[in-house]
Formats: sequence, structure tokens, C-alpha cells
Amino acid sequence: MAELTYRNAVAYGIAQEMRRDPMLVMLGEDIAGAGGVFKTTVGLVEEFGPLRVRDTPISEQAILGAAMGAAMTGIPVIAEIMFSDFLAVCFDILANEMAKSRYMTGGQMTVPVVVRTANGAGSRFGAQHSQSVENWCMMIPGLKVVAPSTPADVVGLMAAAIRDPDPVVFFEHKSLLASKGEVPDGEIIDELGTAKILREGTDCTIAALAYMVPRALEAAEHLAGDGISAEVIDLRSLVPLDTKAILGSVEKTGRLYTVEENPRLCGWGAEIASIVADEGFWNLDGPVVRITTPHIPIPSADVLEDLTIPSTQRIYDTIKTTLN
Amino acid sequence: MSSEIPEELYDYSKREPRRPTPTDPEVDGYPIPMDVRRRLYQRQQELRQFEQRAYDLFMQNLVKGTSHLSLGMEAVSAGFAEALRPDDYTFATYRGHAHTLSKGVSPGGVMAELLGRENGILQGKGGSMHLTSVEHNMMGSYAIIGAHLCIANGTAWSAQMRGTDQVTVVFFGDGTTNIGAFHEALNFAAIWDLPIVFVCENNLYMEYTPIDYITAVEHPAADRASAYGLDRIVVDGNDADAVYQVATEVVGKARQGGGPSMVEAVTYRHGGHSRADPGKYRPPEEIEAWKNQDPIQVYHSRLLRLGLPEQDLIEIQQSVATMVDEATEFAKSGQPPSPELAMTDLWADGGSSWRN
Repeated sequence: MAELTYRNAVAYGIAQEMRRDPMLVMLGEDIAGAGGVFKTTVGLVEEFGPLRVRDTPISEQAILGAAMGAAMTGIPVIAEIMFSDFLAVCFDILANEMAKSRYMTGGQMTVPVVVRTANGAGSRFGAQHSQSVENWCMMIPGLKVVAPSTPADVVGLMAAAIRDPDPVVFFEHKSLLASKGEVPDGEIIDELGTAKILREGTDCTIAALAYMVPRALEAAEHLAGDGISAEVIDLRSLVPLDTKAILGSVEKTGRLYTVEENPRLCGWGAEIASIVADEGFWNLDGPVVRITTPHIPIPSADVLEDLTIPSTQRIYDTIKTTLN
Repeated sequence: MSSEIPEELYDYSKREPRRPTPTDPEVDGYPIPMDVRRRLYQRQQELRQFEQRAYDLFMQNLVKGTSHLSLGMEAVSAGFAEALRPDDYTFATYRGHAHTLSKGVSPGGVMAELLGRENGILQGKGGSMHLTSVEHNMMGSYAIIGAHLCIANGTAWSAQMRGTDQVTVVFFGDGTTNIGAFHEALNFAAIWDLPIVFVCENNLYMEYTPIDYITAVEHPAADRASAYGLDRIVVDGNDADAVYQVATEVVGKARQGGGPSMVEAVTYRHGGHSRADPGKYRPPEEIEAWKNQDPIQVYHSRLLRLGLPEQDLIEIQQSVATMVDEATEFAKSGQPPSPELAMTDLWADGGSSWRN
């Protein structure tokens, strides 16, 4: 057991898989010599060489295209898109090509690509480098969507994503990079599509993802001080989605709150609210409440940015005022 | 105001016709063995007769949706196919019937796919614009301009990493040269020295608009090659021997580790952009001039000049006609896809479930 930062866990998880599979390669902007602009790939080029960890030009379509083409011939590829906002410039290859290739070829094509990308707010980078776009990917049939919240999950879910034969978008949260956590020794392989209950509770369920998970846990701790017992679920993966964990928790608590960093319209919580309305309605004691970023771009100034994404205080206040 | 606007600025059929460069008489003397030439003729006949049949089946409403024919452009596909090995990779656009057949994919299976039948090569789930056969290394037909040039770099990269000498050939239209992915792909292939050949089938029209009207240079692909350190190569795309000769050179270069090339094959489609398009935006004299330099006629005349008995050519034509009839019967005999196929093969586990 070692304590790692979330940042170091990324390279740690990739290295685990590159040692296991000599075919696994990686490409992206500034990932080799520079070790990544977020220092998430430090040490990889030194260990695996510049042919397996390759710097590319600023050509996101060329990056995802090359990843897809190599993967189509059986080579597993990790492609880095520096900021998740930039998925918009290569969304054709992600959404129209990789995602649909197997289906529209009658099952002929396999595309084992992991698209890693830095997601989320908190860095005062403004509207084009701070978005949470997991919902962009969730809505595309054929993409798996993963967003870990702890270093151990980064390592285990990275391994699961790399070993998965389907395209996976792997969201690394910028504001979690410096966070620390224990990572067990030895090979770690997690499972996609499994949520984790991080805190047991009986009065309400809080479903959260990535950077919203520590905030949900913190809010739950404050609520406990008020005698409210909140259960916190870290979804970890949006596709596949662990609906059993959500529905099971709601059956126990009778209330559901989603905490989403994506802007409000068509955020992932809307889908979960819909599922719970369909299948868990009679277990609900009150409305499902979504706590989200408003439907606005992310502003740059710290005061404004802090107002937009759900804060611990907002989570706490919302639950406190709506639970009964 | 509108009366002052010259008509040729929006009615392109009024523009000066762009006529084909006459067939180069020296090509007759290229050292291409007669058995190769016979195959080139046969391939062009297959592509021509297959697509004519596909067109007839549209007219009978047996083919639904859209379809993009390459009638008149057969020499490009045939010429390159003859220069490739079975383990080489190819990529096509939505105008990909010819390139799929040229890689040896079953004509019956392709025809059945156009008809949306379960015995189609994609089980009826892809259709005309997505023809793919992984077992033939025909790595797909891509219906959104640009992306597949980037994807083709990936199979070339794979061959480079695995240390094989497989070459990737990616076909695209003139319209593709104005999208960003084209430029990203060329730069990427050049810096990584990938074993890939970019083949622009310049049929002079980006869908309904003349390519020269919306492109900064005369030759949309070849005139951009130098920006990526590549040679400027323009070939008569209506002459299968000329294409084959160039293809042999650039494929050979890529196979020997010489890196990427780009070839612009100038050709013309006999019909419109797609099923819905009668192609009226083209000057009638222009269409006439290109039909007079039809690649199959060009090739037929050459083979006669080179001494192949006419009877041989008739036999080739007839055997191809039989093959196309059989392909049509195979396609028509197929059933509509069974309903459960709609929910299969989204994921590698064969299903489409996104939840537990």
C-alpha cells in the first residue's frame, strides 16, 4: 500500500498496463518529453521509449484517427486529448467513427481505444478549458464513459478501460490531480459499470461523480451533524451505468440527489432521475433533486467559478432545505 | 441587382467546360504484362457492370436510401487494386462500391448490403456508404469527409510498429482537400514517415459545386503536396495503365520504408453526386467530352491496339455479366435483417446494454 496523488496514479496505472502488454501504445500532445501538461504521464517515455509514448502535433483529429486505425488492427491505444473541451474538435472521430464502427460493420470492427482527457473546473481557466463534458460522451451509443474520483480508482479503472475492447473515454479531473489516496500494492484491475457506496446512510442518496464525490462526502458529514444520514454513491462510470446500485440505495433511503458538474440541460443526472422515476418511483418519498452547474459557460474569475459548480455548501443547503 | 450577376457564378452548367487531357499515347508502351492488363480490363468491367446494375435496382426501388456511384471513375480503383497485396489496407469514402469490390469482397454480399438484406456484408446495418470487409483488409467506407484519412494513418502506423511491410491506401474525393482533417492527416503521415498512399479521385465536382470554384489552387490535392514535403503527382484517372504505373511506384516506395505519397487522379463521374442528383450543374459539352474518354473505352481500344483478340474482350465482358447476374440473384434471395439484429454488436460482447 502506497500513498499516491491522483496525478501520479494516472502514470502508475498506465505503466502497469504497458508492462503487461508490450503492444499497448500511447499518443498525444506533450505527453512524452514534457510528461503531460498536467504531469500525468511523467516517466512513461523514459520507461517505454518514444515509439510507445509518442508526442503529436496539435491535431486532435489526427490523434484520435491514428488511435482508431491502429486499434482496428488489434493494437490497443491510449490517446490523450489534453483538455476535454478539445473533444469538440475531434468529436467526429469519437462520436461518428469509433463509436459506430462495430455496429455499422455488423460486428466486424473492434476499436480498443482509451481516450484520456482532463475534465472539469476549478483551475480558473475560463470557459474553454474548464468544462465537464462527460454528458457529451454519455449520449453517444458506442462510447463507454469513466470518471474516477480517487487514485486507487484511477489505477483500477484505467486498467479496466485499457483491457476493454470497446472505446472508452476516461475523464481525469483537473481539480483532483493533487489529491492523495492509498493505492494497494500489486496489479489492480477494477470493473467498468460498478458504482461504489462510499458512505452508508438511510435518509437520502447522493449520487456524485469525480470532483463532486469529495464534496458530496463532505456535505454528508455536515448533514450528519444535523442528524441527517446521507448515503453517498460514487458512480465512477456513466456507461455502463450501475443502475442497481442507485435503485438499491433509493429503495433504502427514499430520496435521491444528483451532484453534477456538467451544465444542467441533459446532464447525466437527468437520465438517472428518469430511471429512478420509471423504476423506483414507489420507493421515493419526495422529488429527485438535481444539484448541477447552471446552464452557463464556466466563468474565469475565482469568485464566479466557485459560484457555478456545485459546492459543498450548496449540496448541504439543498439537501437540508428539501429533504423534508 | 440579380440581373447583373453573371449566370456562370451560380449556374455552373454555363461555365467553360473542363475537358479531359487526351490519353497519353506513350502509355501503350508501358512495360505492363498482358495478364495484368487483362485483369485491369476485367476489374473495370466488374466495377462498371456492378454499378450499372445497382443503378437499375435503385430504379426498381429495391435499393433504399442513397448511393454514390463511381461510373466513369473505374480506372482509379482498378489501377490501384492491381498494385496492392491482399494484406494491404484500403479505405474509401461513401463512394466506395468500387474500392470494396476491388479488394476482392464478394459482389453478392455487397449487392445484398445495398438492398438492405441480412446476407449483406454488414448484415444490412451499414448500407452503401459504410461498406467494410475486415477479412479483406478493406477497412471501411466513411461517410463524413476527412476523418478516414486520419484513421488510415492508424493502420499504417500499426504496420510500421509491427514491422510488416503492409501499405495503406486511402481514397478520397477532391472535396476532401478543403477540410482540416486532410491537412492534419498529411502532416501526421509525413512526420511519422508512415507507409501510406493518399489517393485523391478528383472528379472535378465537390458534390454540386465545381472544385476549382471553391479551391485556392488548380489541383486540389497535388498542389498541396509540397506543403507536407511530398511530390506533386497528377495522373490521368481515366487510364488504368497510367494509374497502375503510378500506383506501383508509390506503393513500392511506401513498402520499402520510403514514407507517404499523395496521388491526384483526375477523372469524372458519369452521373450525379448521389442517387438524388441528375448532375445538371455541369456543362453538357463537358459531360460529353469525358464520356468520349470513358476509361473502359480507352482501355478496350488499347488492348485491341496491343493485339488482344476482340473475342477475348467479349468473353471477359460476358463472364462479368454472368457474375453480376449471380450477385443480383444472391442479393434478391436474401431476407430482410431479423429484428433482433438492431440491438446487436454495439459492444464487443455482442449486445447493446448500457446498464445493469
